[in-house]
Amino acid sequence: MTAIVTEMPPSPGAVIDLTRGPARFRSFWSDSLVFAGRNLEHIRQIPEKLIDVTVQPLMFVLLFAYVFSGAINVPGGSYREYIIGGILIQSMAFGMTGPATTIATDLTDGVIDRFRSLPSSRTAYLFGHYLSELAGMALATVVLLGAGLIVGWRTDADVLHLGMVSVLLLLFASAMIWVGTLVGLMVRSPDAVMGIAFTVIFPLTFLSSAFVPIDSLPNVLQTVASWNPVSVVIGAVRELFGNPVAPLTKHTWPLDHPVAAALMYCAAVLAVVVPLTLHRYRSRTTD
Amino acid sequence: MYDTLVRHTIDTQAASLDVVESLASSASEGVLAQGLGKRFGDLWALRDLDLDVAPGTVLGLLGHNGAGKTTAIRILTTLSTATTGAAWVAGIDVARDPVAVRRVIGVAAQEATVDGLLTARANLVMVGRLHHLSTGAARRRADELLELLDLADASTRLVKTFSGGMRRRLDLAATLVSRPRVLFLDEPTTGLDPRSRNDLWNTLQDLVREGTTVILTTQYLEEADRLADEIVVLDHGYTVAHGTPAELKTRIGSERIDIKVASRTDMIAAGEAAEPFASKPPTYDIEELAVTVPVREGVRLMDVMRALDAAGIDAIDLNRRQSTLDDVFLTLTDRDNPSEEVIP
Repeated sequence: MTAIVTEMPPSPGAVIDLTRGPARFRSFWSDSLVFAGRNLEHIRQIPEKLIDVTVQPLMFVLLFAYVFSGAINVPGGSYREYIIGGILIQSMAFGMTGPATTIATDLTDGVIDRFRSLPSSRTAYLFGHYLSELAGMALATVVLLGAGLIVGWRTDADVLHLGMVSVLLLLFASAMIWVGTLVGLMVRSPDAVMGIAFTVIFPLTFLSSAFVPIDSLPNVLQTVASWNPVSVVIGAVRELFGNPVAPLTKHTWPLDHPVAAALMYCAAVLAVVVPLTLHRYRSRTTD
Repeated sequence: MYDTLVRHTIDTQAASLDVVESLASSASEGVLAQGLGKRFGDLWALRDLDLDVAPGTVLGLLGHNGAGKTTAIRILTTLSTATTGAAWVAGIDVARDPVAVRRVIGVAAQEATVDGLLTARANLVMVGRLHHLSTGAARRRADELLELLDLADASTRLVKTFSGGMRRRLDLAATLVSRPRVLFLDEPTTGLDPRSRNDLWNTLQDLVREGTTVILTTQYLEEADRLADEIVVLDHGYTVAHGTPAELKTRIGSERIDIKVASRTDMIAAGEAAEPFASKPPTYDIEELAVTVPVREGVRLMDVMRALDAAGIDAIDLNRRQSTLDDVFLTLTDRDNPSEEVIP
């Protein structure tokens, strides 16, 4: 192998070859890590940035576990067992505000022009954001489940089911991060992100099985909630954790097969949103 | 001959493109642009820009806001694509191999493009890493540059706490991380105090001595004069003048005397009285009752005063000053002020 290389005459093309093949992937990966490291460094400088992935999930668990557990009745189990899956998915859904805000801020900030004038891979910028946001969501999940354990949440999942729930959470988190990235590339100012999050994510998570059993909702909302993909993902998480899944009167195929349906929803969102985001990024940063 | 050849091959496209490329790279390791144009909707931000910047020299792009300076820089630095024409930076076609171009250039945009939430050092290390330096090499280079640009004491401070001048210096440091062969600076001294501006000029001159090619944009004639080997004056996207600072100054006169008078008759008379000192016919501002006389080198203000006095003109104010960009435009174009005298 080395013999072949040394026998080859040095050609000017060899220099350019650095940007292709495995070397190109390596530099994409290391560039992504640099961008992810930048975001982590931001957190080191401004630790308050961690509040939304640490204190916030903790607070949610405590509030719901103690404020609502007496008032809401979940057939076939305790509310504290029921609520954790709901809060987990809700906080991941709201997690889209993270990448949306940081990317919208970068775009208004000029620093993106610096990155674009460097020989680094352009998509690495987005992928770096993805990696650091994913790390944030992983931390939030650990905090949230830890808090759940404290208030009495338990899981009887075996290794296989824990593996499956991890895959599902990874897919859902990825989907929400890419949605957030796309939103960040669409808005004209970072301030717009919160407004969008509250008008879309808020109803989407509350009109679901996240906080109350679907059967306790008014009739029309039952229909909405049983078709809501968020209910499906939450249902899948509860099923895999072995937590109570309140019985339904309105049966839908996705809710009856939550794990398969949730995986399909997440895959579908990723399949649509990732290419759209890359395209949007290209058009937003070229003129 | 060379110009027409390149143009012709661009027009006839594909097959001859390689010829253009080899021509371009052999002709210039600096920057070469042919008929560069950029259209946004109906508006041409830049039209038919031709450049031939020799390696190790400085080109100044001079013009007001919206003249097309930034557009030109953005195309040459691969941040924007040209609607017409072609450009080569260090012999590399910017449209065909933008990544290769990015490896050999440094870009300082008009607003400082550094990350406010990182320390100065972290900013430079990040840029070094994105230039694919190893972590150790990126750190060493960062420390070198912090020292060079007098930021070593502030290296661990968050950049958002920096003053405008410090941000600009850090921005320049970030553009120097990769030891670029061609440096692009978009209005590098805008918003700087005179001392910081002088420091930056000195740093730039050192870089040029070491062989870096620099393209900078500016609104200040003084800056272009001090730094540039060659100046291109842009107006509404068009090149209105192209030459060395000396040539430009010969065309417009480097100094001016403004004479303010009390009446219109005095104004005409003042213009005639100052004629012997003028390198170009004076211009008159009827509303302000002022005459601007481009003066020959070595003319003394006292002599002009005496001449005015001898002609019985009561000058309210007499002021000698360096020519400004406005004077350049008044001399080179008649668009904004049709009543002015135009030198063809």
